[in-house]
Amino acid sequence: MSAEYMILVMGMGLVSFVPRWIPLFFLSRRKMPALLVEWLDLIPVSILAALLVPYLITAGEPRVLSFTRPELAVAFPTLLVALWTRSLGVTLVAGMVMFWLAGKTGWF
Amino acid sequence: MQGTKEGSFVAGAKAIWPICVGYFPLGLAFGVLAEKAGLSGMHIFFMSSLVFAGSGQFIAVSMIDAGASVLAVIMTTFMVNLRHLLMSSSLAVWYRGQPRRRLSLLACFIVDETFAVNTSRLKSGAWPLGAAIVASFLAYAAWVGSTVLGGIFGRFIAPSAFGIDYAMIAMFICLLVFQLNGFIYLIAGLAAAFAGTLAALWIPGNAFIVVGAVTGATTGLLLKRMARISGEQVREER
Repeated sequence: MSAEYMILVMGMGLVSFVPRWIPLFFLSRRKMPALLVEWLDLIPVSILAALLVPYLITAGEPRVLSFTRPELAVAFPTLLVALWTRSLGVTLVAGMVMFWLAGKTGWF
Repeated sequence: MQGTKEGSFVAGAKAIWPICVGYFPLGLAFGVLAEKAGLSGMHIFFMSSLVFAGSGQFIAVSMIDAGASVLAVIMTTFMVNLRHLLMSSSLAVWYRGQPRRRLSLLACFIVDETFAVNTSRLKSGAWPLGAAIVASFLAYAAWVGSTVLGGIFGRFIAPSAFGIDYAMIAMFICLLVFQLNGFIYLIAGLAAAFAGTLAALWIPGNAFIVVGAVTGATTGLLLKRMARISGEQVREER
């Protein structure tokens, strides 16, 4: 293991840890303004939507809109399974199987 | 039951097992790529245990493979993982006044998946800090374990087998469903999706996640406030 690699991963670890740690350590001691609390309450749904939707409907580098990816087609039945069962495990397995079958049967 | 140590462990494990299952294909895939970029199992162990960030590590390995400088990789990792700042702030609202040592421990394991599981549990009832730490740690252990295994054995496994390359997306779809707890959440999600997509088309890299998230939450908040103000005006006019 080279010293350069250890410096690299320790640097990566440090810059990953600090943003995770500062708010929990400092904000948990003070009363936050109601407006900020309400805003932070909307952050989880916003992060997940901002991660997922661009991934499903864009492709390439540089990215362009694309509505024909199998990832998007399988996302709809997977969404129905998630809404119906509300179970992470079932949704995970169902999504994987559907995506696998879609590739196997050559639908895409 | 949940107050005791064993209760926290069982509750945490029950909540997080699907994430751990989903991490295996993802971690194996990472290990395979890292191995191709010249990293050994030991290299992968140090990176996964010190960094613990799915997308951040994938990007770092592709940069290492392309011969990027140490500083460039560290700066990129910082940018990609900056969104955890928002997650940590959001968790701080729930765990106000808890011991700082335990909060620091929880902070080490904040990633998209542990954050989503912990917040969905927090919203649906009691979710003690102990259970959140256990759940987050188990996800961390699964990530470190699966990435190292991927580095050692990954060359024998195709990432497309059994749909394992879809595990992450299916997981995010379900976690998103868990967060849709009302009209305002739906609006925030739609605004985030729209802004995130626009940003993804315009800006290269991963900045679109933060742009989309901030736009979505701000839109939702503005709408909520506007609805409240107009509601008060209606009451005053009567």
